[in-house]
Amino acid sequence: MQRTNNVQELNAICKRVRRHIVQMIGAARSGHPGGSLSAVEILVTLYFDVLRHDAARPDWPGRDRFILSKGHGAPVLYAVMAECGYLPVEELATLRKLGSPLQGHPDKRFLPALEASTGSLGQGLSLALGMGAAARLDGAGWRTYVVLGDGECQEGQIWEAAMFGAFHRMGNVCAIVDYNKIQLDGFVKDIMELEPFRAKWEGFGWNVIDVDGHDIAALQGAFAAAASTTDRPAVIIAHTVKGKGVSFMENNPKYHGTAPTPQEVEAAMKELA
Amino acid sequence: MSPRTKFELKPGMATREAFGRALVELGRENPNVVAVDADLSKSTYTHFFAVEFPGRFFSCGIAEANMVGVAAGLASAGKIPFAASFASFAVNKGFEQMRVLVAYPGVNVKIVGTHCGISIGEDGPSQMATEDIALACSLAGFVVLSPADEVSMRALVRAAAAHNGPVYIRAGRPKVPVIYPPSQSFEIGRSVELTGGTDLTIVATGLLVAEAIRAADQLAAEGVSARVLDMHTIKPLDTDAIRRAAAETGALVVAEEHLAEGGLGVRVAQAVARTHPCPMEFVGLADTYAESGTPEELLDKYGLTARDVAAAARRVLARKR
Repeated sequence: MQRTNNVQELNAICKRVRRHIVQMIGAARSGHPGGSLSAVEILVTLYFDVLRHDAARPDWPGRDRFILSKGHGAPVLYAVMAECGYLPVEELATLRKLGSPLQGHPDKRFLPALEASTGSLGQGLSLALGMGAAARLDGAGWRTYVVLGDGECQEGQIWEAAMFGAFHRMGNVCAIVDYNKIQLDGFVKDIMELEPFRAKWEGFGWNVIDVDGHDIAALQGAFAAAASTTDRPAVIIAHTVKGKGVSFMENNPKYHGTAPTPQEVEAAMKELA
Repeated sequence: MSPRTKFELKPGMATREAFGRALVELGRENPNVVAVDADLSKSTYTHFFAVEFPGRFFSCGIAEANMVGVAAGLASAGKIPFAASFASFAVNKGFEQMRVLVAYPGVNVKIVGTHCGISIGEDGPSQMATEDIALACSLAGFVVLSPADEVSMRALVRAAAAHNGPVYIRAGRPKVPVIYPPSQSFEIGRSVELTGGTDLTIVATGLLVAEAIRAADQLAAEGVSARVLDMHTIKPLDTDAIRRAAAETGALVVAEEHLAEGGLGVRVAQAVARTHPCPMEFVGLADTYAESGTPEELLDKYGLTARDVAAAARRVLARKR
């Protein structure tokens, strides 16, 4: 697969991934476009620059682990994995269809290259920390990355895990919060405010890095900073825009969990041309 | 005259302590065995493991959901984690994590719930697990074990570690009699016939196995020949032994320290209904919560003694005739 740290090339991949997301959710007629589009730069930077992995050897023991804890963002993960060569790009059209490896939420049974089956919010950080603990026991150098939703951080288990991560000094774990400020029922600040968000993570003992989640160079810097602290886990608070890249979806809570109509797919694809 | 029970009951340790000791043995043999606990290691006896293998013991604090999640992560990366807490907290608070992070992907996690049933005693119902068998059995692919004594616990902890997949092990707080000789072998999914018998069969699990043996002795004195099966594996159920028992003895009593609705009894009834329907009676906790008291007082008041098993046997025999 193509690996690159070139921002221009990574941005080009992001555009392809956005087109996949709109098309696959449009074809499925259900799914979560907003939180898939907001996480595109995060996942593309990880899979094409940061993560040590090999699509030809998904069970390579030394690979870095990636968990999409906000499992409803499955389309961005599938699209990025397809671009990496884990599955044919044509297979993206089977999203949410019976028997497809691309289940509505990530399911290891159907797509063994996944590290985790997710979809029930709040659980992925615990899983990542358990993986990090195993790596440390083995003296292995691989790292674990986990993408959380912002609304997901309303789950109590996130904070149980946050305590565990700092207490056990899990420096080989990096969480990234896709802070797009919108959840299913509306704006996060109106449903259950997370602010002061940075202070919460700092209070729990994490290395906190704020970043523009659509700025690839900034994300690269954040991942490097996260990897440089080995005595505590890092959380990258990635400030993003829900529905990023499709004007009528941006910052619109409707597109948290509503598929675009065929006309909307057409309009979006023009914007993403 | 009915045969007497094969095995003599001798004083023994609590099954939770037997678990803790077996875990240390496993830890010595296999460096991939690890433990996670939620501030109850002195009660679950994982502290034996923590003392000997501090680097492989993960304290989670009082946070069972995270405990199960961390265990799932450890297992996903090749470890064999035993996650222990009181059954009421490990299963009830960790249930959704057991479902989505363990059962659904089929991850190799062992959940150990101690202080099961009402025999925990004085602490009362908030600490008592009386629905954990029902919950654990509802998780696809889970093996559910309920050993009756220290010998079977030790063997079944080892069997659980050797089994690649999710396992729930139920352990009790009080000291219980030793039923088996040290040489007895156990296999997941295969019950042990403790007493041969022809008039009826008592299918028991956990604490009620010793009570069933005592009940069989009482019944023998009345000229009734009771077969006793130790159903140490609740899932997958030994349906062959149940079918044979139903066909050969024609009446069944199921005894467990769990809600009678939803535990071993309903699973055995389903197996009986599918194979050889016959009269059945059930010894278990009624649709209620218990209270504080000594274990003996509670087992007596809530109907979980040899006397209750024998009474159920007489009822089912009356229906058989």
